[in-house]
Amino acid sequence: MSLINTAPEMALTTRVDDLLNWTRKSSLWYMMFGLACCAIEMMQTGGPRADLERFGMAPRATPRVSDVIIVSGTLTLKMALRTKLLYDQMPEPKYAISMGSCANCGGLFQLAYSVCDGVDRVIPVDVYVPGCPPRPEALTEGLIKLQEKIAQERWLVRKSEPVGVRA
Amino acid sequence: MLYQFANVFVFFLYAVILCALMLGLGALLRPSNPQPSKLSTYECGEPPSGPAWINFNIRFYLVALVFVIFDVELAFVYPVVAVFKDWVTKGQGAFAFLELGLFLAILMIGLVYVWAKGDLEWLKRIPAERPHPGEPVRRAA
Amino acid sequence: MAMDAAGVHARLREKFGDVVGPLEASGRNASATIVPARIAEVGEFLKTDPALRFDCLSNLSGVDYPKQGHIQIVYHLFSYPHRHAFVLRVNAPRDNPQVATVSGVWSHADWQEREAFDLLGVTFDGHPDLRRILMPEDWPGHPLRKDFVEPESYHGIPTSRESLLKA
Repeated sequence: MSLINTAPEMALTTRVDDLLNWTRKSSLWYMMFGLACCAIEMMQTGGPRADLERFGMAPRATPRVSDVIIVSGTLTLKMALRTKLLYDQMPEPKYAISMGSCANCGGLFQLAYSVCDGVDRVIPVDVYVPGCPPRPEALTEGLIKLQEKIAQERWLVRKSEPVGVRA
Repeated sequence: MLYQFANVFVFFLYAVILCALMLGLGALLRPSNPQPSKLSTYECGEPPSGPAWINFNIRFYLVALVFVIFDVELAFVYPVVAVFKDWVTKGQGAFAFLELGLFLAILMIGLVYVWAKGDLEWLKRIPAERPHPGEPVRRAA
Repeated sequence: MAMDAAGVHARLREKFGDVVGPLEASGRNASATIVPARIAEVGEFLKTDPALRFDCLSNLSGVDYPKQGHIQIVYHLFSYPHRHAFVLRVNAPRDNPQVATVSGVWSHADWQEREAFDLLGVTFDGHPDLRRILMPEDWPGHPLRKDFVEPESYHGIPTSRESLLKA
């Protein structure tokens, strides 16, 4: 019943795609997946000084209602299995942001026995935000980059070529 | 009078069309990708275990019961208030007031009983630990 | 009245005799080594004796000494009524480390002994619920042992990451 991936590339369908992308990027509800110190910075990014609410982003506790999961903090192997299940339980369209060194590659604790070296070992990541911890401004830039990535998506229009920057 | 029914019917039609439009448009424009892991029960990342129906604490029932009793009492007060002005003009205002006051007082006795029995406490208190004999009394460091 | 380490050690010696080893080190680290099977009785005496009253087990930790062939469990005790502290040590043989549990004496030893079991493999006889507490349930091995070898992968997740800094 879905019209996704059915239409040829016409002015009307690309406009509808742009509208859908605009609605989705302007209201990115993020699932707070704060595991360690980066969680503090994520909370502060939602705080009054570096406000995330002005972008339409609201913090959510469950994956069922969120668009993007911000993995902030060290991912242990024990937690990695749960992270996979939680990412699976997010409804499409979903995105993942890896925040901080530990979530990018294991960070400071890469050689430890219990640490999973980077969250991209278990889920596909859209934006990596480096830092230890990244400043709220850095996380905001990561989210803006994710918004730019969302703006390039194609939904109605058939995906014949890989998504690139459109003219 | 039939004209007013038409009003209600148009309102109802508008509601139905609006909901159908919003849900239908959503169904047309959203991606649908059901996976077994996506459809599994959410349990904070753990694989779900145990039944979803569990016993809950009896204090929820107590709170609900007390609420229902006093809500019904309030529901009985409202009609009296609606016709109170008529009674005042008839000269029986004091009588009506006293009768209502008596009704409320009887139920207030019930409230005092529930309060004194401790049924309004959400957490029950436990007796404090007594110090061992011959030991100096603990004080802040 | 606060007793110094020598006084505590003397009192232990007069009650238990040879079960208690000689007083080692001094000051804050003054400790005595106890036979592993009798640690529960010693702990009970230390807690209930009116002159000693060690009612708080501040810490229970373990150290692996492969060259000496034993795993040492260290108990740091503190007394709130008398404000004095003492340290007990227990040496368990490395092949089959078994120590009597003190969770009957100090209830907060429960989880600390679970941690020692999880990370060093020391079994505590009489423990109500001895299972892993930090590592996942199906983790092979005991990580804080000196001869621990990290598994290649855990549930399909590789445990090491190639370093991008190597030229």
